[in-house]
Amino acid sequence: MKYYDKLIFELSRPGRCGYSLPASILGGKECACSNVGSKEAPVSGGVWRETPLTLPEVSEPDVVRHYTNLSQMNFGVDTGFYPLGSCTMKYNPKINEEIVSAFNGLHPLQPENTVKGALEVLDFVDGALAEITGMKHFTFLPCAGAHGELTGLMIMREYHMRRGDTARTKVIVPDSAHGTNPASAAVCGLDIVVVKSRPDGLVDVEDLKPLLGPDVAGIMMTNPNTLGLFERDIKEIAELVHECGGLLYYDGANMNPLLGVVRPGDMGFDIMHLNLHKTFSTPHGGGGPGSGPVGVAERLVPLLDVPRTSGFHGNFGIILRACAYILMLGRENVKMAGPLATLSANYIKESLKDCFKLPIQTVCKHEFVFDGLAEPNGVTTLDVAKRLLDYGFHAPTIYFPLLFHQALMIEPTETESLETLDAFIEVMRVIAREAAENPELLHTAPHNTPIGRPDETGAARQPVLKYTK
Amino acid sequence: MSKVIEGLLYSESHEWVKIEDGLAVIGVSDYAQAEMGDITYVDLPSEGDEVSAGEEFGALESVKASSELYSPVSGTVEEVNSELESAPEKVNEDAYAAWIIKVRLSDESELDALMDAAAYTASLK
Repeated sequence: MKYYDKLIFELSRPGRCGYSLPASILGGKECACSNVGSKEAPVSGGVWRETPLTLPEVSEPDVVRHYTNLSQMNFGVDTGFYPLGSCTMKYNPKINEEIVSAFNGLHPLQPENTVKGALEVLDFVDGALAEITGMKHFTFLPCAGAHGELTGLMIMREYHMRRGDTARTKVIVPDSAHGTNPASAAVCGLDIVVVKSRPDGLVDVEDLKPLLGPDVAGIMMTNPNTLGLFERDIKEIAELVHECGGLLYYDGANMNPLLGVVRPGDMGFDIMHLNLHKTFSTPHGGGGPGSGPVGVAERLVPLLDVPRTSGFHGNFGIILRACAYILMLGRENVKMAGPLATLSANYIKESLKDCFKLPIQTVCKHEFVFDGLAEPNGVTTLDVAKRLLDYGFHAPTIYFPLLFHQALMIEPTETESLETLDAFIEVMRVIAREAAENPELLHTAPHNTPIGRPDETGAARQPVLKYTK
Repeated sequence: MSKVIEGLLYSESHEWVKIEDGLAVIGVSDYAQAEMGDITYVDLPSEGDEVSAGEEFGALESVKASSELYSPVSGTVEEVNSELESAPEKVNEDAYAAWIIKVRLSDESELDALMDAAAYTASLK
């Protein structure tokens, strides 16, 4: 990997220009190299810039090489195994991109009779997600998982409000929940009550019972939970919550192992979101944007069509990719995704449990948690994660969930071959041996990457948030 | 092994309390700071705020996690250690010197529910 750390501003030379557009296509305005507006322009209030914006002035090859070099410093699911627990970094099939390119010319303000194909896609994906999850209908407006959570909680709150039941201000969240759950509840103006997990990692039903009452709006659950364990008491929990008048929200972050096997609707959930960028093979993060469709049970459908988080139909390109994924797999193969993801996770877990501490021994779903090395010898989970980079693997999620102090959370997904899983297992065993024989090698890892251990503390305490010359 | 100081009282959520000039001085234990890792931000209450035993009064953020601070006692915040706003690392350097708030107690009997150094040390095992 070539080391490259330039900012595009550092490549800038005054007056250098990739292209200059002729005045004829700029409506007679000044050359493209200047971004200072014309004083005669019909904008009042003195908002035109007096001085040019400091934009980088670079030639086309400079730009191309800059971004190509940066992209080569990147690690993605296209370049290697990415076992990031809790995130479901599955491979993004290239056919998704092919299909999307056919819709590139679409504009959200086009007349409806010219976008019937797009409407059919939305209708199809709504129906497919409803069938997969046991919900009645979905809205595609939320543009991320947390966006979906917020939308779902707004629906939950509005459901109670419309019935005049204004006392329901509490949302119950398990202590193993994703941090976004309490955050979404707080943003929605609801109070958070934490329900504890039992030593086996599942929600403690006995701890839940006294929390239920007429002030409970609902409970947010992830199933399988963040430890990768199926909440086996979910039917009883659903009955208890419904009995007290609350609703059940399903955090779809961990839907992957259940795809086509178990449906949140059948478990008793009333509202849920899916992360299309996890379960339905659309790109994550910088490759996104994301999409977090929210589905509801039949009685909540009237609350679904209020635009709460975005306009139009959300990130349509992402919905289209999910559509391609569902159609490409077909009914039979959608049902294979969950079991294969579960098999892969259990295969890694069983293959490594002699070298890494396995706090919960039962069969996991799509992901599982090690609590550091079985014999740490002073080597932390951070050291293990950094050393993995040397061997060309992306590190798993570390220090989450918080229930285990040296948590190392692995999620292989269904898209990896047996050979890739074996290669990862072998490297993890090598690292465990290195920890015993030469811990210093791990304390100072990584050794083969352009950047090793950035000063995260310094960056958090003294952040530099803007470029200055 | 984290440091536990004799003469202080400790809560299950790893805060310490010291009674000084009639005020309850509150901070987090050495164990808590070590578990958190490098602390990058301390979210402080305001002077005059009411706090209740077991309720949240602020938060610590580190590179690793964000963690709520729970008041071991009830009362009124008389003083906050605003130095921690610009120097959160003081909590890592000496968790027992870096007090966070001083509270005028409304119910001294709440102190009886807290652990002494021996009990807290035992709870960490």
